[in-house]
Amino acid sequence: MLPFLKYEFLQNAFLTGIMVGLLAPILGVFIVVRRQALIADALSHITLAGIAANLLLGKWFTLFAGLNPIYFGMAFSVGGAIFIEQLRKVYKHYEELAIPIIMSAGIGLSVIFISMADGFNTDLFNYLFGSIIAVKQSDVWTVFVILVAVLLFVFFMYKELFVLSFDEEQGKLSGIRSNWILVAFMAITALVIAASMKIVGILLVSSLMTLPVAASIRIAKGFKQTIWLSVLFGEIAVISGMFLSYYLDLASGGTIVICLVFILSISIFYKKFTVSRKVV
Amino acid sequence: MENQINNPVIHVDDLSFHYGDKNVLEHVTMEVKQGSFLGLVGPNGSGKSTLIKCILGLLKPQHGGVYLFGEKVQKFNKWEKVGYVSQKANSFNTAFPATAFEVVSMGLFGKVGLFRFLKASDKTKVWDALKSVNMEKFANQNIGELSGGQQQRIFIARALVSDPELLILDEPTVGVDIESSESFYKMLKNLHRDNHMTLVLVTHDVGVMTDYVTDVACLNKQIHFHGNTKEFEESSLDNLSAFYGHHVHVLHHDHEHE
Repeated sequence: MLPFLKYEFLQNAFLTGIMVGLLAPILGVFIVVRRQALIADALSHITLAGIAANLLLGKWFTLFAGLNPIYFGMAFSVGGAIFIEQLRKVYKHYEELAIPIIMSAGIGLSVIFISMADGFNTDLFNYLFGSIIAVKQSDVWTVFVILVAVLLFVFFMYKELFVLSFDEEQGKLSGIRSNWILVAFMAITALVIAASMKIVGILLVSSLMTLPVAASIRIAKGFKQTIWLSVLFGEIAVISGMFLSYYLDLASGGTIVICLVFILSISIFYKKFTVSRKVV
Repeated sequence: MENQINNPVIHVDDLSFHYGDKNVLEHVTMEVKQGSFLGLVGPNGSGKSTLIKCILGLLKPQHGGVYLFGEKVQKFNKWEKVGYVSQKANSFNTAFPATAFEVVSMGLFGKVGLFRFLKASDKTKVWDALKSVNMEKFANQNIGELSGGQQQRIFIARALVSDPELLILDEPTVGVDIESSESFYKMLKNLHRDNHMTLVLVTHDVGVMTDYVTDVACLNKQIHFHGNTKEFEESSLDNLSAFYGHHVHVLHHDHEHE
């Protein structure tokens, strides 16, 4: 066993990281091709409001103090996801408006809750930027349950999600009930965002959903390959990022994101290099 | 009407549609018989695409209705009988990371049903559909890497893969060069002749179309002519001038579609 995996908290962090590195890019592929990359950002900010609410309640009632804030984060995030889908119907011709509305509402609530709880503490800092030391045993199990649910959903609904992402008209003609599938998809996206926050942090969670896809979409042939490559890139970044984070004593979220940016630049240059060689 | 034995494939019954207070279709009544190849023509903004979307149940008309294979479109559920090719050249995300094979296989999803997967026999169908449009060599290319004409062939293959009895094409040659659009029309003619498929081709290109279709319907909010190609050509001069009128100018300079 690797020497630094002796510690239980590091084992927890690694298990969670590996699961999140699988989940976020899989959902990210569907989000990116539907041109909704910013939704992950909106949902992560509403997740922050949930966590801040939990910290505040923990201060007022001892009952909430022992509760893992991940559950409150999830509840807010899923609520926000459903709200976004409703807003998109209200603003049919300005669908993207839903994103800044939810994002600012999330930040607004978070700031109010934080100030009521007498400001920042290290807990909150960990949620913002990610910290592998903060991952608990209960987080591992929560993420594991989400992992199973998401994998089942994507596995059995793959056809439907694929058609709906490519063109909704064809989906309707195939008799696919688009509405509940899209709402369910948004809800599980919200869960994954809440689940990822301990590792990469709320401010950086959307990058784990979009950057691996941005890298793979340039070089992959076909949709399935895009998914596999995105997962591969996500895992490489999470694992190497956590190693670096531990040995260099850096925030895990930041190192993971920088690893992703590194992979992305390699894929961009790789594509440029191979395309220019073809021309010659 | 529904209980007749020899139902037309499409029956449009006194259909009217408006967006807000703008009338798009007024009292359209039309039949498409089995085995016919209908050219639906009309100037831009004449409501052709809206009519097609009503026929497919994607839009709900405010008045009148549509029957597919004798069944009201809202209750119709045998969508594998219907293939549809929309104005893809204008609208779809060309950067979408899907291979030609993956795009064609989407045409089978309605038939396969929820929670099921494509079987080996389904994959054979996808290959057959790709072969029928001469695109099997490009199966593993991303759709975005193909030319406009090749992409359109892939979308035809997607419509054909479920072995439909009715194929509806909405301006399929928009954004396709003339050479490939000619071979495209020939391919449609072969499909009609060899597979006894019922075809509806929406176009504003009156000239090319009459060489291939068996029936013509002229639409400009209302149906102005509906008959076989011979009748259309005989009365063509009267029809076209009455029908297009001062719209002829619009036809050549306005490239927007409804």
